[in-house]
Amino acid sequence: MSGFLLLLRRELVLAVRGGTDAGVALAFFVIAVTLFPFGLGPEPNLLARIAPGVLWVAALLAALLSLERLFQGDADDGVIEVHLARGTVLEVVAFAKMVAHWLVTGLPLVLVSPVLAAMLGLPVAGYPILVATLLVGTPVLSLIGGIGAALTIGARRGGALLALLVLPLLIPPLIFAVGAIDAVLQGLSARANLLLLGGLLAAALPLAPVAAAAAMRQAVE
Amino acid sequence: MIAYQARNLACLRGGRLVFQDVSFDLEPGAALRVIGPNGSGKSSLLRLLAGLSPPFDGHCGWLGARADDRRDAVSLLGHANGQKAALTPLEDLDFWARLADRREGLARARLALEAFGLAPLADTPQRYLSQGQKRRAALARLLVAPSRLWLLDEPTVGLDSGAVGLLEGQVRRHLDGGGMVVASTHLAFDLPGAATLDMAAHQPAEAW
Repeated sequence: MSGFLLLLRRELVLAVRGGTDAGVALAFFVIAVTLFPFGLGPEPNLLARIAPGVLWVAALLAALLSLERLFQGDADDGVIEVHLARGTVLEVVAFAKMVAHWLVTGLPLVLVSPVLAAMLGLPVAGYPILVATLLVGTPVLSLIGGIGAALTIGARRGGALLALLVLPLLIPPLIFAVGAIDAVLQGLSARANLLLLGGLLAAALPLAPVAAAAAMRQAVE
Repeated sequence: MIAYQARNLACLRGGRLVFQDVSFDLEPGAALRVIGPNGSGKSSLLRLLAGLSPPFDGHCGWLGARADDRRDAVSLLGHANGQKAALTPLEDLDFWARLADRREGLARARLALEAFGLAPLADTPQRYLSQGQKRRAALARLLVAPSRLWLLDEPTVGLDSGAVGLLEGQVRRHLDGGGMVVASTHLAFDLPGAATLDMAAHQPAEAW
């Protein structure tokens, strides 16, 4: 088994064993979206109009909620130091953590999103593109959010700091994703927006692990 | 022959010079005992040797080593044990064994746990282990992931006399096999043929 798969399996086992983080993120996503009909009143046109934005903002906040402890545990119990001394490539460690985070929080959000879209009255034509944008976009949240999580290792009130650091960086994927859904709902092509969203993912895939690994080294120095 | 060398190491932490002019050579089978009062930089020295932070001055590293030889990895046992509370000792050690060379992780993990008398607790999540048992499991990591140089920072903290004896036995075996050990310790801990490095002799001169 390659080192990456070994690290990924360990992260998934840890997430299943100890972590309530993933469940909390999913529950937060469902509850946050459910609040909107209560707050705005049951007006189908309004809810359908704001559904793409609501779903995406809620997904973004839910992902962020579960990111705070992504690296903190390994920093606290000395695992990062063992990796460094042994010469493990920290970029691979960081990437495995980000992939595991997406699998246990991002993917469930994608799977449950059509149900919530139905609750908000999003036109059925919008379901495939909603799922597509979340499939391409939630990995970006895990990757860029992972950089923030690594940078806030050891910070007091790390969660709030993480949100301040990362939320501005997540505005572009939000714009492109919602733009793609709106385009389809208006009968236009979502191609440009989807390509830009995919471009963000393609850039974040190689760069985010490198940045997070640098932050991990800095944190234990 | 592969030796480890440190020359004129100095360490700066928080804007304060912790120690300076630390030099030593380690040949296969050699051990170094690092002593000194609290705050004299014993842990900082070990962290620096482990490559966790760059030296402020001087250099340290292998002489004549091939960079791709995984046995030239360094094992660090710091104050934190480097364990995941949710995993059992067997799972944790299996991970490190496979990460090191990807073969027979479970078998080697079991052997290492036996060597430190932890076999009965192999399947107990580490959060339920006592302080000393956690330390034993951390020491067992030295055996599953082979490395030439062991850096032990107060390895006997929390250990009972039986476990200290087991550790001394494993250290002797490691040295006999051509390994090297750098250990910081206040306590009586038998390091055969060890040179002694007294950090008190390497404190920076008081400024004026």
